[in-house]
Amino acid sequence: MAVDVEEMLRLYGLMVRIRNFELKMVEIFTARMKAGDFPGALHTYCGEEAIAVGVCGVLRPDDYVFSTHRGHGHALAKGADLNKMVAELNGRASGLSRGFGGSMHLYDPSIGFMGTTGVVGGNLPLCLGTAYASVALGGTFVTVAFFGEGAASQGSFHESVNMAAVMRWPVVYVCENNLYAATTHVAVNCPLENIADRAKGYGIPGAVVDGNDVLAVREAAVEAIERARSGCGPTLIECKTYRHHPHCMVIPEHRPPKECREWHAKDPIESFAASLMRIHATTRDTLDAIEAREVGLLEAAVKFMRESPLPDPATVGDYLWA
Amino acid sequence: MATTTYLEAIREGLWEEMERDPNVFCIGEDIAVYGGAFKVTAGFLEHFGEKRVVDTPISESAIVGAAIGAGFIGLRPVAEMQFADFITCGFDQIVNFAAKCRYRWGAGVPIVIRAPSGGGVHGGPFHSQNPEAWFAHVPGLKVLCPATAYDAKGLIKSAIRDNDPVLFFEHKALYRRIKEDLPEQEYTVPIGKAAIYRDGTDLSIITYGAMLYEASQAAGDLAAEGYSVEIVDLRTVFPLDEETVLASVRKTARAIVLHEDTLTGGIGGEVVARITEKAFEYLDAPVVRIAAPDTPVPYSSPLEQAFLPTAAKVTAKARWLLQY
Repeated sequence: MAVDVEEMLRLYGLMVRIRNFELKMVEIFTARMKAGDFPGALHTYCGEEAIAVGVCGVLRPDDYVFSTHRGHGHALAKGADLNKMVAELNGRASGLSRGFGGSMHLYDPSIGFMGTTGVVGGNLPLCLGTAYASVALGGTFVTVAFFGEGAASQGSFHESVNMAAVMRWPVVYVCENNLYAATTHVAVNCPLENIADRAKGYGIPGAVVDGNDVLAVREAAVEAIERARSGCGPTLIECKTYRHHPHCMVIPEHRPPKECREWHAKDPIESFAASLMRIHATTRDTLDAIEAREVGLLEAAVKFMRESPLPDPATVGDYLWA
Repeated sequence: MATTTYLEAIREGLWEEMERDPNVFCIGEDIAVYGGAFKVTAGFLEHFGEKRVVDTPISESAIVGAAIGAGFIGLRPVAEMQFADFITCGFDQIVNFAAKCRYRWGAGVPIVIRAPSGGGVHGGPFHSQNPEAWFAHVPGLKVLCPATAYDAKGLIKSAIRDNDPVLFFEHKALYRRIKEDLPEQEYTVPIGKAAIYRDGTDLSIITYGAMLYEASQAAGDLAAEGYSVEIVDLRTVFPLDEETVLASVRKTARAIVLHEDTLTGGIGGEVVARITEKAFEYLDAPVVRIAAPDTPVPYSSPLEQAFLPTAAKVTAKARWLLQY
């Protein structure tokens, strides 16, 4: 499926939005830590933007996305409000989850974003519910479940993929293989070369794609989504990628410097920008204008956060039940 | 002659709610074609069809997760655990997701998890447990343990209509043993309300589930000795109907808390704590717990009988308490 330049620039803008968001959060969290205001863990998505944007870019508004602990990118790519995202990560009452959740508890059903999670692999069973509903209600909406290669070692992965495969429910499983589960190399998590090779064991298609190439991810997603929508069941897509930062801000860098350098050279945003200019005649000015627009939106979101109140302590017992 | 069993009462309640609301569906192992390991959903597939009665692989985590996910978008799933013991396989989905999604996300989880629990059926260690206390400890869950057919039907209906996650523990030993005449007209039983099963003035026995009948037999035996025993059937073990418990104890000044679950960390400890915190000045004697010993549920008959609390054990303890 051909992608026109306008659409490519939209994808580029989303990737920039995610990158800027993450870098700003690192800056704010670092400042908070220095000030003695420990803000909790931050799992940034820098380096993996092509995956969320490549997949979510082809979803319909009524399609559902289940995310991970490293899920800011998924939320933004599905259309989450930047203001509420910044506010939630900083525990404000105006946040996406009223400040009750934080980074790993983002949720916005109005855009089909069904949540980040603090339990690795924990969302994989949940995605079966919206997938079932699509079939039971006679809908054509699909569900995408993102997860890391570490989550593929959880029992929940097996239960979820197996059940979706047996039932032919419309799920697209997107494994973001960034080589490390916290600090543990994928070789210790999986004896196969590819997580996607496991698809064969469930009788579903598996695909390995370059997770740093947004158009390659998009192409694989289009095929899998189409397959799910037409009632042919789930697909397992594995996106090979690498995160720019260590697991979270409180774990120091543990990966070989040479490996980090090699992957940084394959940065998904820089390479997409280069190909936009080289192949699609996009000017540097156009990309700079996108960058400037995103910077402005992010600055406004940070301002919104800073002007938002913290939650009222009296509400600690609220929202438990309907 | 009473005609409706405890099992049929659950089945009737489930059936009526599926008729009433097209968003209600059942999901679990062997529930559709076979009709459920205990036959609670026999005939449901034929009547409601395969989209609403879903047989799954043996995957408790996926079953509960699918229920939660469907609940997010307005469906009302009833997930069956084949035995309550197997609920451990879905533990993460229940305690981290079902229980917490409204609080952490604002996402309603209107699901029911049905779980056949309890001993006395020679099920052995993995088919006899009473895991209600694990879940009563998790904020966000509602935990029901009906003892009568009337309550089983009324509570399963309320559970399905409830907008929050409900764990519905069905006592296996009561499935076919308990028979009652149920009202012909529709009714529900409120969640979070205990019932005075028997009025009395000398001693309160606070209990739930199958132990209601041991308490009842003990109360009858003690009546013959001139003692008036009140029985409080909690019905919902969490949220606890503290008012009904405290009102009973304030009246009788003596209390036994009785459950089939093991002693330490059981619901009994919580009930006793609330009584001593809030009705201490009314008490004429220590509040006593009677529960199974802190062991797994054994298989062989004499062992299982030794494990399970009985009317005789209750009567003996009650006599001591009444003369305290």
